[in-house]
Amino acid sequence: MFDNEIHLSFMSKSQNEGFARMVASSFVSQLDPTIEELSDIRTAVSEAVTNAVIHGYDNKNGTIYMDCYCEGKTVTITIRDDGNGIDDVELAMQPFYTSKPNLDRSGMGFSVMEAFMDKISVESEPNVGTTVTMVKTIDSSGAYVKEKQDE
Amino acid sequence: MKIIGTAEGKKLYVHLIGELDHHSAKKTRDDIDRLLMNSYITELTIDMKDVSFMDSSGLGVILGRYKILAERKGSVRICGANRSVDKILRMSGIYSLVERS
Repeated sequence: MFDNEIHLSFMSKSQNEGFARMVASSFVSQLDPTIEELSDIRTAVSEAVTNAVIHGYDNKNGTIYMDCYCEGKTVTITIRDDGNGIDDVELAMQPFYTSKPNLDRSGMGFSVMEAFMDKISVESEPNVGTTVTMVKTIDSSGAYVKEKQDE
Repeated sequence: MKIIGTAEGKKLYVHLIGELDHHSAKKTRDDIDRLLMNSYITELTIDMKDVSFMDSSGLGVILGRYKILAERKGSVRICGANRSVDKILRMSGIYSLVERS
């Protein structure tokens, strides 16, 4: 049982990338994160949702699901699509690898998620979809500063 | 994303205002490339002080512009990146290609 959770589904439109990272960052705010932790989570969510829009659904209409859970100081975020899936997850996660080199993509999406979160896992099946699960534990120093101010 | 470009001789200064993600990347790229159509421009400065958010789509935009300038034997400089924008720029290793000031 989690302390708190939210479940969201939205259309795979690029406008919703900003919406998704804003929702995730609002949800995580309850754990008193530092500005840097919040920004890390916003960036990782943006990467996962962007992948779902561009690669999962090829910029066509589809539904993206975002679930956020918190337990203690640990937040778990899953981003799921029912799209194309990834043939070779290991290859897709290589830094600078992009399946769409003509699109000016950096190929750094998964590397950013790995660098900015504590743990990420990717489950994918061709023509079924992809689920990215990201976990980050919030350092309690943010909360500490707040408690000190409250005294 | 709002893009303000100022050209002076071979120098182009581009001031970006807003969030640089996949959604805004196309417009940002197209706007900068329109300004880069003058082939005598060889020094591009991207001012990021008013970029409040950037993800790897932004890295793609910068790398793409770097390739254009490198073909002209020119250079790209990034300035004003806030802490979180600077963090992703640093982790990507892009500072080995573009100058930071």
